Amino acid sequence: MNGGPTSAQSNASSIAIDVKGLTKSFGGREVVHDLSMQVKRGSIYGFLGPNGSGKTTTIRILCGLLTPDSGEGTCLGYDIRRDADKIKRKVGYMTQRFSLYQDLSVRENLEFVARLYGMPDARGAAADMIARIGLKGREEQLAGELSGGWKQRLALGACTLPNPQLLLLDEPTAGVDPKARRDFWNEIHALAAEGLTVLVSTHYMDEAERCHEIAYIAYGHLLAHGTVDEVIAASALSTWTVTGEDFNGLMAELTDKPGVDMVAPFGTSLHVSGRDKAALEAAIAPYRDNSKWHWQPSEPSLEDVFIDLMGRSKDNFQG
Amino acid sequence: MSATDTIRNGEAREPAFGFWRRSYAMLVKEFIQLRRDRVSFAMIIMLPVLQLTLFGFAINTTPRNLPTAVLTQEDTDLGRSILKAMENTAYFHFTREVHTVAEFDELLQSGKVLFGVEIPRGFERAVRRGDKPALLVAADATDPTAAGSALGALGPLVQTALAHDLHIGDPPDMPFEIRTHARYNPAAESRLNIVPGLVGTILTMTMLIFTALSVTREIERGTMESLLSMPIKPVEVMFGKIVPYVLVGFIQAALIIGIGVLLFGVPILGSLTLLALLTTLFITTNLSIGYTFSTIVQNQLQAMQLSMMFFLPSILLSGFMFPFAGMPVWAQYIGEGLPLTHFVRIVRAIMLKGAAMQNLQYDTIALAALMLFAMTVAVTRFRRTLD
Repeated sequence: MNGGPTSAQSNASSIAIDVKGLTKSFGGREVVHDLSMQVKRGSIYGFLGPNGSGKTTTIRILCGLLTPDSGEGTCLGYDIRRDADKIKRKVGYMTQRFSLYQDLSVRENLEFVARLYGMPDARGAAADMIARIGLKGREEQLAGELSGGWKQRLALGACTLPNPQLLLLDEPTAGVDPKARRDFWNEIHALAAEGLTVLVSTHYMDEAERCHEIAYIAYGHLLAHGTVDEVIAASALSTWTVTGEDFNGLMAELTDKPGVDMVAPFGTSLHVSGRDKAALEAAIAPYRDNSKWHWQPSEPSLEDVFIDLMGRSKDNFQG
Repeated sequence: MSATDTIRNGEAREPAFGFWRRSYAMLVKEFIQLRRDRVSFAMIIMLPVLQLTLFGFAINTTPRNLPTAVLTQEDTDLGRSILKAMENTAYFHFTREVHTVAEFDELLQSGKVLFGVEIPRGFERAVRRGDKPALLVAADATDPTAAGSALGALGPLVQTALAHDLHIGDPPDMPFEIRTHARYNPAAESRLNIVPGLVGTILTMTMLIFTALSVTREIERGTMESLLSMPIKPVEVMFGKIVPYVLVGFIQAALIIGIGVLLFGVPILGSLTLLALLTTLFITTNLSIGYTFSTIVQNQLQAMQLSMMFFLPSILLSGFMFPFAGMPVWAQYIGEGLPLTHFVRIVRAIMLKGAAMQNLQYDTIALAALMLFAMTVAVTRFRRTLD
């Protein structure tokens, strides 16, 4: 009904999220604009975009915490407008800010969630989850006293506890150290392997590359989606990598050249990108013979693509 | 000298008037925040203005027009004259006329009237014979303030009025005797009146605050977002938040009543079970109202202010501090909307008058109605989304 006219029936079981034309405004400011997306069951779907781009709002619409102004769609086959209660039973939502009870212990928080979902053996389920997320020995510690990494694990544990079919994770790894981040992603992949669908928003490029599919959203508009390779290919961005020494002058000079859309330093190298391949080559031609630098055509990185998308969307939507 | 100079130069240069600058920065920030919180700002103005005008007009410590019942066992000119003379004192207002002693007692016990006047059979004949019969005026003295001034005025005023009306001569030759009977609290001890009322007042204050902060606390700590994403219904949230405090309130009530009985010697003439039952109802009503506040306000400060705004009239207009019957009618209507008004009547009636359920039907129903109303508002006001 809500999907494509013919594919809806056959896709119903293989598509976890299927929404069309979602729009939401707060105080006259449009935060999400005509957003449509499809997420396959069992996949990890990365949600990227700058701060304030509408990621959190979209996630909240999907789990029934916000009502869209317009648009429709289904989440796990349930209508996002009418069946919020049913969606809540099968969706685990991990909020951006830690939102479990700080004055309850790890065990008490998990038991609360288990009871709320009417699980038959709340104590047992909580104990199993404590073991799974590696918080054994800390079960009596107050949630508020845990470090950032442990809090994040507890939050993930709480939202996977009632065996959801879909996980919505809103910047789950913000402010967490690299080791904890890697463990977290291993856990996400393990969950996806068990058949869980995961929608995760993030600012980290390495995390985006761990997703099966990604979507890029800026100023409420969905600008690109697909696998990482598809998104890079679709950007039609040409990039040259410069190695050598003393980039400072070069950076300043190149930035204003016509044909050069973006110059970004990456450690000891510089990425120079442009949407028009010929114009870019013309712009860099005068510098290519300088022996100080070594020029090499390269694939744009995901970050290049996103920064370019962000710059373009700013021109388009911010005036 | 040189040593101190080098130390001064070595220190990070502190701008002049550092203390005042920093205090000023803090002060400016606080004012901005205060101005942003429109509701709190409005309450800063409304609270004193509203409360002052409300209480200034409503409170009356020498109450007049107090509801009075008449038990007439004969219909005579003299009887009518006496009643008219009493009404002329402006203290008494005859609202009921009954014909049996049982009805008479019930009205006093349930608190529907504060006074009862009994004109006995053969009264006029006895007066004419010069027997100096007695005219019984029974007062509900649980509230000594309300009964006191009216009873004090009774003798002389009625005598003068009658002397004028019936030309029966000067006060010393009073042809009958007015026998006043202060029921329930004959020694007019104010603690007997205050302690039961305090049960309700203390419970109002504590119960209201418990739940008034409950929803705003979840919002301010960010836990509401998690809670709303889980399959729980507003009614379930409400019951989960109210029930624990019913127990807390019950323990508090037991403590206050226990101390009242042991330390202040206040009797419990009525049924303890009935008292426990209706106290639980009252506790639940207050918790529901507090919870309703919690779903209306935006932050904990507003919740506290709203609770205070409710608490003050509860003390002043409920009949706890000042006689309820002495307030103007509009203030009495406000009072009827406050749970404490009904509970003060209930608790005084059970403890001091030994009232039973059939005397307290009205106030019990009123409490239950207020509770249901608050709960309905709370459930409909509870926001299930973050919109």
